[in-house]
Amino acid sequence: MNALHVTDLSFAYGAQSVLEHVSLTYTCKDLLAIIGPNGGGKSTLLKLILGLIEPQSGTLQVFGKSPKDATSDLAYVPQNTNTNLYFPITAFEVVLMGCLKPRSFGFFSKADKDKAADALARVGMSAFSNAKIGELSGGQRQRVFIARALCAQAKLLLLDEPTASVDTEGQRHIFELLQTINKSMGVIVVSHDINVVLGYATKIAHINRQLYMHDAPSKATKEAILSTLHNAQGHLCPVELISAHTCTHPDHKAPHV
Amino acid sequence: MFEILSYSFMQHALLAGVFVSVLCGVIGTLVVVNRMVFIAGGIAHGAYGGIGIAFFMGLSPLLGAGAFAFILALIIAAITFKNKERIDAVIGALWAFGMAVGIVFIDLTQGYNVDLMSYLFGSILSVPQSDVWAMGGITLLVAGVVGTFYKELQAMSFDPEFAQLRGVPVKLLYYVLVVLVALCVVATIRVVGLVLVIALLTIPPYIAEGFSSKLGVMMMLSALMATLFTLGGLWLSVAYDLTSGASIILVASLSFFLALGAKRFKT
Repeated sequence: MNALHVTDLSFAYGAQSVLEHVSLTYTCKDLLAIIGPNGGGKSTLLKLILGLIEPQSGTLQVFGKSPKDATSDLAYVPQNTNTNLYFPITAFEVVLMGCLKPRSFGFFSKADKDKAADALARVGMSAFSNAKIGELSGGQRQRVFIARALCAQAKLLLLDEPTASVDTEGQRHIFELLQTINKSMGVIVVSHDINVVLGYATKIAHINRQLYMHDAPSKATKEAILSTLHNAQGHLCPVELISAHTCTHPDHKAPHV
Repeated sequence: MFEILSYSFMQHALLAGVFVSVLCGVIGTLVVVNRMVFIAGGIAHGAYGGIGIAFFMGLSPLLGAGAFAFILALIIAAITFKNKERIDAVIGALWAFGMAVGIVFIDLTQGYNVDLMSYLFGSILSVPQSDVWAMGGITLLVAGVVGTFYKELQAMSFDPEFAQLRGVPVKLLYYVLVVLVALCVVATIRVVGLVLVIALLTIPPYIAEGFSSKLGVMMMLSALMATLFTLGGLWLSVAYDLTSGASIILVASLSFFLALGAKRFKT
């Protein structure tokens, strides 16, 4: 079964059209990167998949169900910038949050705590279990949020800009982690980071109101693009790079499913 | 000095002080981490409308304040849950509306002779026994609700979007929290008054936050600090014949400035 099946989906905030006729199928074996310019609709698509907002037209199925019924299959790592750094909470408690279930009140069980400890170990953050979340570095915090998502024992992990405000070394760690995680569950990552696109993703969706699907670039193309990057003086936006190399090409015009 | 403890008004004052401090420590922590201070202020001042109506109808002022604060809380929760953009303007309007209602109803009340100042600035030394029990009851209720839904409240406060995805009834919980704030405010009015409630709700949690790595720890530290402030202020008020509510807040504020200074010194 497809993890994700989107057909002819459109969404607008009021009169502002954000997504137009988007179609997409996704199976869990791929590490899908969603890229595109700011305001292009990346985060909106993510919110639609999570069922936080509803499309105006078109259909969206997650594991054959409506997003609202599939919440237990989905794990979500929100953008780092949403975090309240002063909040008094330890890394371990944040991970435990992934064990929350509807209508189970009182305190977390021993089984939940074991699960949370395992998840922290999987992301290599056991040593920071009792650290306050605001005292961790951006990359460490992101790994804690990934552990929290793992705790939810979902089938599909969705991440919104996981490497924003993370240093290069930390970014590499996070994507290697995501690759490992992808062996056991689906991973969809919204990013404007060239590293994902070139090094780690197996499928790339470029969204700028419409969606264009690409397979991961071959090794040769990758090296060509990388060398352009190295030789480039000044700023080179990865999104522009991808759109310039692939999306404007007539062959790629049609969004293919 | 100690023989004063044998008077029942003093015993009531001490009990009321401790109940209200625990209450403010727990609810104040949630108010501060959820950035709801202005909401709490709006409910506290708006509750004055209920006091006015209660006087007019010859009911218990605390009952009036409670009912009015409850309704205000539901309105504020409904407005603020959906649209966080213009909360401050809406709360400002309700804040003033409540106070105006209170003043007009007191104007309309025949033979007005009640000490309204005691509701504006509190009078912990004149708390009747029935109010002490009411405060105790509210404290138990709030502790029970917060204890039962601790992990849900923690998740909602830290990351509401994620909490909702994990099946936490975020909307319902937000309403419950705002109503708890209203209950807490009503119970605290007797001690420090509705003008000064905000200080007791925010100063202890603000200081405690720096020393806490867990929400529960922050609640306990805040409750402890609020108790120290309340009892310290009470002592000052008795020893130097000062207004109790203002003395309590002054002790709290001085500690607040010391904490601010210490934070600055540390960094």
